[in-house]
This record gives sequence, structure tokens and C-alpha cells, in this order.
Amino acid sequence: MRLKLEKRPEPSTLMLFVTPVASVLLTMFIGMVVFDLLGINGFRAVIDIFLTPLLASYKWQDVAVKAAPLIIIALGLSVGNRAQVWNIGAEGQYIIGALCAAGVGIAAGTAGGPLVVLVMIVAGIIGGMAWAWIPAVLRTRYDVNEILTSLMLVYVAFQVLAYLVGGPWKDPNGRNFPATAPLQPSQELPILFPGSTVHLGVLIALILPFVFWLLMSRSVFGFQIRVVGSAPQAARYGGFDTKRTIILALLISGAMAGLAGALEFTGALGTINLGFPSNYGFTAIIVSFLGRLNPIGCLIAGIVLAVTYVGGQVAQTTVHIPNATAGIFQAMMLFFILASDILVRYRVRLVGSASSAQGVKA
Amino acid sequence: MSPDFVIAAIMTVVGLTTPILLAALGELVVEKSGVLNLGVEGMMLIGAISGFAVTVFTFNPWLGVIGAAAGGALASLLFAVLVLGLNSNQVATGLALAIFGTGLSSLIGLSFTGRIVPVFGSIFPDALARHPYLKVIFGYSPIVYFALLMVPAVAWFLHRTRAGLILRAVGENDHSAHSIGYSVVKVRLAAILFGGAMAGIGGAYFSMVITPMWAERMTAGRGWIALALVVFAGWRTGRLLLGAYFFGILMALELYAKAAGFSFLPSPFWAAMPYLMTVVALTFISARESAGANAPACLGKPFLPST
Repeated sequence: MRLKLEKRPEPSTLMLFVTPVASVLLTMFIGMVVFDLLGINGFRAVIDIFLTPLLASYKWQDVAVKAAPLIIIALGLSVGNRAQVWNIGAEGQYIIGALCAAGVGIAAGTAGGPLVVLVMIVAGIIGGMAWAWIPAVLRTRYDVNEILTSLMLVYVAFQVLAYLVGGPWKDPNGRNFPATAPLQPSQELPILFPGSTVHLGVLIALILPFVFWLLMSRSVFGFQIRVVGSAPQAARYGGFDTKRTIILALLISGAMAGLAGALEFTGALGTINLGFPSNYGFTAIIVSFLGRLNPIGCLIAGIVLAVTYVGGQVAQTTVHIPNATAGIFQAMMLFFILASDILVRYRVRLVGSASSAQGVKA
Repeated sequence: MSPDFVIAAIMTVVGLTTPILLAALGELVVEKSGVLNLGVEGMMLIGAISGFAVTVFTFNPWLGVIGAAAGGALASLLFAVLVLGLNSNQVATGLALAIFGTGLSSLIGLSFTGRIVPVFGSIFPDALARHPYLKVIFGYSPIVYFALLMVPAVAWFLHRTRAGLILRAVGENDHSAHSIGYSVVKVRLAAILFGGAMAGIGGAYFSMVITPMWAERMTAGRGWIALALVVFAGWRTGRLLLGAYFFGILMALELYAKAAGFSFLPSPFWAAMPYLMTVVALTFISARESAGANAPACLGKPFLPST
């Protein structure tokens, strides 16, 4: 008796939905065991990382604010991933987006109001697109691998940020600390609920998944993206411009990352310092996979990952584990979802002794 | 510039170069077999903490290095199981490994913070290793000489041995290699484990040589520079050595610019250079398709045998 894999004629829809949930549950279970083995209260750690942020209502605003950039970036990445275009440089596009918004804010001086904020956000979108345009052009014109270039540009973006906040944009009243001057209130995104930290970006992150769902399932562009990704030959026969689709996919993902950066800057932080890059661009890759590249899936997965971020901070104070350990859980979820992909595409069959007897004869 | 300064500068460059050279040599072999493992940073951190932990328990840095190699290889095994066994997406799996390694090393490192370990003694007599001038050649940790020896060793393996030929064949055309009877999965598994072990030793250079103590995320992104280096070198061993020292000089310039000893350009400029140069080099390589200096044809693609 042994296990045999049989390719399914169609990917299993049931497995498509079941596996992400199973991945999260399995992560919680394995995490508990591993933490106990390391001499840490595993049950408490898992409860704090996965449940406390959901059960304690005062943590909800933190979850919402953290989920917003993750969801927005993941939506863009999912478009690229569906076209088999791998933008792993969203972190860089996010940083450049925020810097562009900050640049507009500084240029505007004391001017504020909705128009200025809007221009800041548009600048962020354009900045993110411009940063993603580099790997897009290199890929389509010189056939340069976009995975490697987009990743390299993340680290260039880090240094652009370090240079700007440590030099020309350094707050003159900031005691020589490398950070931009805090935004004035008239340049900040409006807060949705007075007294909370929930800003307009959270609303945008709630609406965008539905926009992307329409785009991907109801438009010609969405169809092209899916065909270019799943059947490049067919796309060519069908007369689709593959290069244009690749460029668009990268520009959309760059635009979303830039938007997320601009929203995070104008809505949540109000200043940019060396700690501004917080791996949202990389974590969003997990979100897009956990959400199965589906816009609504990204919305849910973004909330799950945001919970682990907030929960990681909770566990830091309750069971005294480093903040980076939330990363263990995030990575484990991605491991499980990647491993379970095989269940979507294949069927596991128990092969009886009959066929193994055949094997002996042969 | 005084000779003392020159010698100190050279020794700084060698110290900065060694970990990225080790990790990049491993990744070169991995990529030559057709696999893209982006998890180098995670494997380096796991290597750094396992090497440190083994040294704490055994008081023997040599065993520590072996522990680092084992730790790195074990981390890469996780990647191998997913990528080779379950055909998962290499890019996403590699990124997950980077995040996982960072988190796991921080967690394991909790109980090792503040401990100190015995450091390597010199393998040369003190007359050479502590000589004010000759120390520029003899005054390094054994890991430095190991890294330098591994360069010709990897080149010899890849280009002068049968096993190396098979490995490159698997990376260039997995289906042909499979059809003439070579096990693509086994070759790639061996390459991935070697890459993990080398990254682990590279990581241990931070926790056992540069600063003999443990600190969270102490490899400070050098795993990503190692990835860049493989690409910058156009997947060639000789160029990898030159590129490693070139990147080492850039990193030293960044350090000196930060320390403000001398700086005609701000430190972020030097820090960004390795990555920018990699993008430029990759563009040249891809545009010219010059012989030999090109990405392995199967890089990053899953192997799905038709039978």
C-alpha cells in the first residue's frame, strides 16, 4: 500500500478554500508544540498571537491599521502573480511611494487641505509605479529576470530613504534624529472615528478588494492577465500583447504598493524615519498566497496577518518572546499553504496491493 | 595614508567579504542546479545561532562551525522538501525561509544573549599572525582561508568533475538530464544542502568571528547581498571572487563614510551600490547573452517530469 498522486482534471475548488484555513490552524498547532519544546508557554503564545487581537476590542483599531497596507499591496501583487509576473520588490515600491508623498508634503510647506493630501497620495501611487517600471522595462526589453531586479531595488529604496531622512529632509527641530518633520494636521488623512487611529486608508483597503474583484473577473484586462499567466501560448495565438500585460501587471502592483506607502505615511505615521520599512511589502506576498490570489481572499488573509503582527507585540510583553517570532508563524502559514497547493492540483490516492503486485511482475 | 591604516582597511575588507563570499559560493551551486533559493538571509541567521550555540556548549569553535553548517543545511532541507518534494513555488518558499530563519534564530537566541564564546586561535604562529605587516596575510580566522580555498574547489567541482557536469546539466535542461537517467531531485537536493551549509558558515562568521556574541538579525541583510553577488558575477566562480571583494570594498567605504573618517559621498550611496551594480550587470548579461555568463536555463522553474 502506498500513496499515489493523481492529477486532477480541474483544480479542486473545495481544496482552494479549505487549505488556507487548514494552514492557519496547522500553524497554530505546530507553533504551540514547537514553543513548548523551546521552553516557552506555547499555548499562551499562540492565544496571544492569534486570538487576543481579535478578542480585545481595543486592539481592533491596531489590526485595522496594520491590515490596510497588507491588503492593498497584496491586491496588486495578486494581479502580477496571476500573470506569472513576480514582483517581490513591493517593499521598495512602498518606501518610494511614501517618500514621494512626503516630498509633496514638504514642497507644499504650510499648505494643507484635501487637495494637498490627494496630490500627496497620487504622488505616492506614481512613485510606486515608477519604481516598478524599472523591472518592467528591463524584463520586457532586455529579458531581465524581474524577480532579481525588483528585489535588488528594495535595498536601493532603503538607501534612498536613509539618505533623504538623514540629509536633505531631516527635521531641523528633530535633535539630529534621522526623520522627516512630523506632518502638520492639515496634511494628514482624515480619521474615520474620532479618538481612534483608524484612518481613511482603512476604508480604501475595504473597498479596493471589490474593485479588484470586478477588474479581474469582469473585464477584458482581467481575462488577459489570467490567460497570459496560465496559457502563454494561447495568449500569443489569441493576439494578446504579452509584453503590455506584463508591464501593466507590474505597474499595477507598484501603484498599489506606492498607494499603501502614501496612506501609511499620511494616515498612520505622519513621519518617515529609518524604521519606516516594516516588511509590509514582503508580508503582503504571504497575504496574496494565503488569499489564493483572490481579491476577497486577500482581504481576509490581510486581516489574519495583521492579527499576527499585533499579536506578536502582545506576546512580546506577555511571554517575552522577540517581536520577530511572529515571523515564524507568518512563514509557517506560507509554508503550509505552498505545501498544500499539491492537494489543489492533485488527488491523493491510496494504491492497494494489486498495483504493487503488478509492479513486482514488471 | 599610513601603512597601519592601509593594513587595517584591507583587513576590514576581508572581514566584510568573507561571509558574503561563503554564502554566495553556496548559492552559486544551488542556482547552477536550476534552483533559486531566496532564503539565504534566513539560513545565515540559523547558521549564526547554531554555530554560536554549539560553541557555547562545546567550547570548541571548530565544532561550532560544523554546527553552523549543519544548522544552515537543516534550514535548507525545509526549503528542499517543499520545492523538490511538493513542487512549491521557489520564490515564495525562499522568501518564507528568509522570514522563518529570522524569527527562529531570534527565538533560539533568547537564551544565548549576553553569553560569550571562545574564539578561534590563529592557525599560524604568532610571529606571523601578530606581525604588524604580515598579519595582513596571516592574521585572519581560519574561516577566511576556508572561504578562499572553497573558490577554486567549487570551480574545480563545477567544471572539472563528472558530478559538476551533471549538476550543470540538471540546471540547464532538467528534462534531458532526467531522460538520460540522472535524478534531478537528488542532484538539486545535494546542491540545496550544500548551499545551506555554506550560508550557515557565512552566518557563523558574524556570531563567532566579527563579534563573538549573539544579536538578533546580526547578519544585517548580507544574505541579500550574497544573492546579488551571484547574479553580479554572471554565475561564474572567478568573477564571484572578484565581485565579492568589490562588494567588500563598497561595504568598507560605507562603514568609513558612516564613521565620517572620510566621505566624499554619503554612506547610503555606498550601501546602495552593490544592488544598483547588480541590476546594471544583470541587464548587460541578459542583453548580450555572452557565452557562459548567463543564468542557468532552468533557474527557478519547477521540475515536472512527464512520466
